[in-house]
Amino acid sequence: MAKKYHVSATVNGDPVEFLCSGQETMLDVLRDRLELTGAKEGCGSGDCGACSVTVDGRLICSCLMLGVEAEGTSIETVEGMADGDQLTPLQRIFLEEEALQCGICTPGVLVAAKALLAKNPDPDETTIRYWLAGNLCRCTGYDKIVRAVQKAAAEMRA
Amino acid sequence: MSQLRYEAPGSVDEAVALLASDSDAKVLAGGTDLIVQMRSGLRKLGLVVDVKKIDELMSVSSDGGAWTIGAAVSGAEMNENAALKKDWPGVVEAVDLIGSTQVQGRASAGGNLCNASPAADSVPAMVAAGATAVIAGPNGRREVPVEQVPVSPGKTSLATGEMVVAIKMPAKPARNGEAYLRMIPRTEMDIAIVGAGVSLTLDDGGTCTAAKVALGAVAPTVVIVDDAAKALIGTKVDDAALEKMAAACSAACKPIDDKRGTIEYRTKVAGVMARRAALIALERARSN
Repeated sequence: MAKKYHVSATVNGDPVEFLCSGQETMLDVLRDRLELTGAKEGCGSGDCGACSVTVDGRLICSCLMLGVEAEGTSIETVEGMADGDQLTPLQRIFLEEEALQCGICTPGVLVAAKALLAKNPDPDETTIRYWLAGNLCRCTGYDKIVRAVQKAAAEMRA
Repeated sequence: MSQLRYEAPGSVDEAVALLASDSDAKVLAGGTDLIVQMRSGLRKLGLVVDVKKIDELMSVSSDGGAWTIGAAVSGAEMNENAALKKDWPGVVEAVDLIGSTQVQGRASAGGNLCNASPAADSVPAMVAAGATAVIAGPNGRREVPVEQVPVSPGKTSLATGEMVVAIKMPAKPARNGEAYLRMIPRTEMDIAIVGAGVSLTLDDGGTCTAAKVALGAVAPTVVIVDDAAKALIGTKVDDAALEKMAAACSAACKPIDDKRGTIEYRTKVAGVMARRAALIALERARSN
């Protein structure tokens, strides 16, 4: 019988408990055990950022974290952004500015951009591009993504 | 896949006991290398010892000007420490070059050192700056210069049961400046084909009195280029000295040929990167 670990954490403000094996990643736990499928597996090696979440406020790749490491932490995923049907300005502006094509990278980009704006409410284009360098968009819609982040930042500052 | 056992001890002693108990045990800090290696099947693991619940591994402190950086402190946290960055900007910038923002949220200098990649960005910077690694093990503690930790690609000098608990940076000498630069085929998110760390100290007249030059990604382990340091010492770090230093760096390279860079390119660029890093170090030394 494979050993399972019992983990208690907070996900998007809600207390959660789950059982996972030692080698399961946080991304596996989010998707397969907590049914939060916003975070995606693109590469599984920390290169693409599609699995981006924050852990205790720090932006990370959930594919490079073990589920057992979540004990006692507070995790935020893309599912925690909107209030019901009420999108955040960042999410709404991504739609208005068509800052996505296929959408696979979008949850990770939104989580990463939100983390950037929490740290720097007025980032210039270079700052945004470096911050999001670990979020790959294979539709290559980077210009629209950058513009949407800037526009959201401006609205959020107003 | 075999089952992976996970432990998150609260003290160094417990961590050492766990590491000594299982020959397939590995330290888990940020996991940005270890978890990739585990998932790709490169590394077979029986036990991971998560060291992030140990305060000593997760804290940064300064005592009389000397810094102790917990081995599992993330790059993001180092980068947010303004006082550390002011003293050792080259080291902090080198750590900051490792991976994306997401990777920075977890990756640590201790992990970068113990992963023992020849291309580890933080290592030449730490070597140039004179950093040491504090190692704990079943027989107590020892402190070694960081360059003694990696011995070949993927292998360290740590014995079974040993772990790096902290990186120590000396008190910043007056009129010392250091810098690290690397060359990658892209502008971000790639592995160095050459990394160059340079530290130099000036006297009141602007003459270089001490220097250390370390190269990454041009040999199986970090290379300390004594001839490059000698080329700077006793000079005003003028063009002639820089040219001699760059030539010494190129002469010290024993790189591999791969898709990122040829032997010829890496050898040439090692001198170029060291020269540019030396100029930044010089500027910093003049303002310190």
